[in-house]
Amino acid sequence: MKNLVILGAGTSGTMMANHLVSKLPKKTWKITIVDQYKTHYYQPGFLFLPFDTYTEDQVKKVGKKFIPKGVNYIQKKIDKILPEENKVALEDETIDYDLLIIATGSKIAPEETEGLLGPLWKKDIFDFYTFEGALALRNKLREWEGGKLVVHLTEMPIKCPVAPLEFAFLADSYFTKKGMRDKVEITYVTPLSGAFTKPTCSKSLSYLLSEKGIHMESDFAIERVDNETKEIVDYGESKIPFDLLVTVPTNMGDDLIERSGLGDDLNFVPTHKHTLQSIAHENIFVIGDATNVPASKAGSVAHFQAETLTDNILLYLKGYTLKEEFDGHANCFIETGHNKALLIDFNYNTEPVHGTFPFAKIGPLKLLKESIFNHWGKLAFRWIYWNMLLKGIAIPFVSRNMSFKGKVFDIKKN
Amino acid sequence: MDLNIAGIRLDVTEDGYLTDVSQWTKEIGLEIAKNEGVEMTDRHWEVVSWLQEQVKNDVALSVRGIKKSGVLNIKEFYALFPKGPLKVSTKIAGVPKPKSCI
Ligand SMILES: Cc1cc2nc3c(=O)[nH]c(=O)nc-3n(C[C@H](O)[C@H](O)[C@H](O)COP(=O)(O)OP(=O)(O)OC[C@H]3O[C@@H](n4cnc5c(N)ncnc54)[C@H](O)[C@@H]3O)c2cc1C
Repeated sequence: MKNLVILGAGTSGTMMANHLVSKLPKKTWKITIVDQYKTHYYQPGFLFLPFDTYTEDQVKKVGKKFIPKGVNYIQKKIDKILPEENKVALEDETIDYDLLIIATGSKIAPEETEGLLGPLWKKDIFDFYTFEGALALRNKLREWEGGKLVVHLTEMPIKCPVAPLEFAFLADSYFTKKGMRDKVEITYVTPLSGAFTKPTCSKSLSYLLSEKGIHMESDFAIERVDNETKEIVDYGESKIPFDLLVTVPTNMGDDLIERSGLGDDLNFVPTHKHTLQSIAHENIFVIGDATNVPASKAGSVAHFQAETLTDNILLYLKGYTLKEEFDGHANCFIETGHNKALLIDFNYNTEPVHGTFPFAKIGPLKLLKESIFNHWGKLAFRWIYWNMLLKGIAIPFVSRNMSFKGKVFDIKKN
Repeated sequence: MDLNIAGIRLDVTEDGYLTDVSQWTKEIGLEIAKNEGVEMTDRHWEVVSWLQEQVKNDVALSVRGIKKSGVLNIKEFYALFPKGPLKVSTKIAGVPKPKSCI
């Protein structure tokens, strides 16, 4: 009997378990998946939790429910991978693998920024990238009376790179609805040169910020948070005052990657960007937020990766050459507030384009344009996530590689 | 776009980065630095050569990478190239603008 072990039962690990259970012969392969937590969170919902759009129950479920029958589920903390011995050390036992899939995601590392975890943490400084953070922020926003709201992003890469900007848009909408928009000054602070990570988006979408009265501070590389003066300070000593700071701290891979000696500076695992095989070990594959590939860290990306990775694992087991197929395809909804959203579609080489999606000319979703339909799409994603995505069911009409039909390439490459 | 420096026509990107690293000379770097309001010292040139070296070795440039480089700390980096040091220093060094990848 051979062992295929999946580390992490988040979005990517769960999808891989569902893909592989029907594809690997049961007589010769045993599939095991390991995760430390009982709960599986719908992380995109963390964006809506602070604004009371979603309830707690809508964003969490028991993880095991999504692991298919025939897959051995172990709920334990992973200590480290021993790649030379093909073993994984868990908190109290060691398991063997013939083939390993790392799907341990990424998490926030607020300790990387001086002063972030100071006296104001969870009082006037919040994150919304964790369930606890999003919930604490919701409670804060319910009673906050206004002032300077600073929405801040520490450094790239972060998962769901548009989430902080969406947060700023939704905050505008939220305070407008509450009738207190005039009491809130919103500033968006980014280390990048523009609001969006993709230059073409920054060019065609910067109007959104001015339309919503959101100030922007770009090229701001945070050095520390001054808890006394309530300011964030960058390396060039520019300072931005806040009453309420909503920040996306540095994102890093899990410490287990560091303990295993398998990561880069940020504990992401060096991975072949088209095959998803780890660079260092041919029987270790990596998927989702845990990789260092230059694609967005997003659930939709992990979904496209899972299809390529499944094929490649089967090819690998047969001793065939791997497909260099994954193209960095990402497909993201961007909430712009007031019940509208944008949709962007891009890959490693192509900047986001105009047009319709998924059907040429028909849509119904519009790329790079605000619409109410796109907002419904974003909300429908929660249903799709729990009912289709995790189960590895292909989303109809959306293919793993970027399609060029119905899209208008009128934006110059930078 | 193209730029005329020291009598040489250079291909540059929309925001002024050389498209062909091999066209770079110290003279060109000096000219770009002037446009950026940076007065070059020996220390500036050291950093510039280090950046060029990194790019040659396919190391992706980032503020975090600088922090860990041991070559200079970020405070100094900001002091040398104020306002977006990575953007400014790479332009002077004639290497591509670092992608802050997604
Ligand atoms: C606020 C927010 C909004 C987002 N919005 C969107 C969106 O709109 N669209 C979109 O596509 N994506 C979105 N994302 C991103 C998406 O949620 C992630 O990209 C996706 O969940 C990544 O899946 P993953 O399996 O790689 O990692 P995860 O789902 O994070 O799973 C990693 C798993 O590994 C486990 N693990 C890690 N280390 C250990 C250890 N040592 N021992 C045991 N278990 C361990 C963890 O417990 C976890 O269950 C958003 C994310 C956030 C935070």
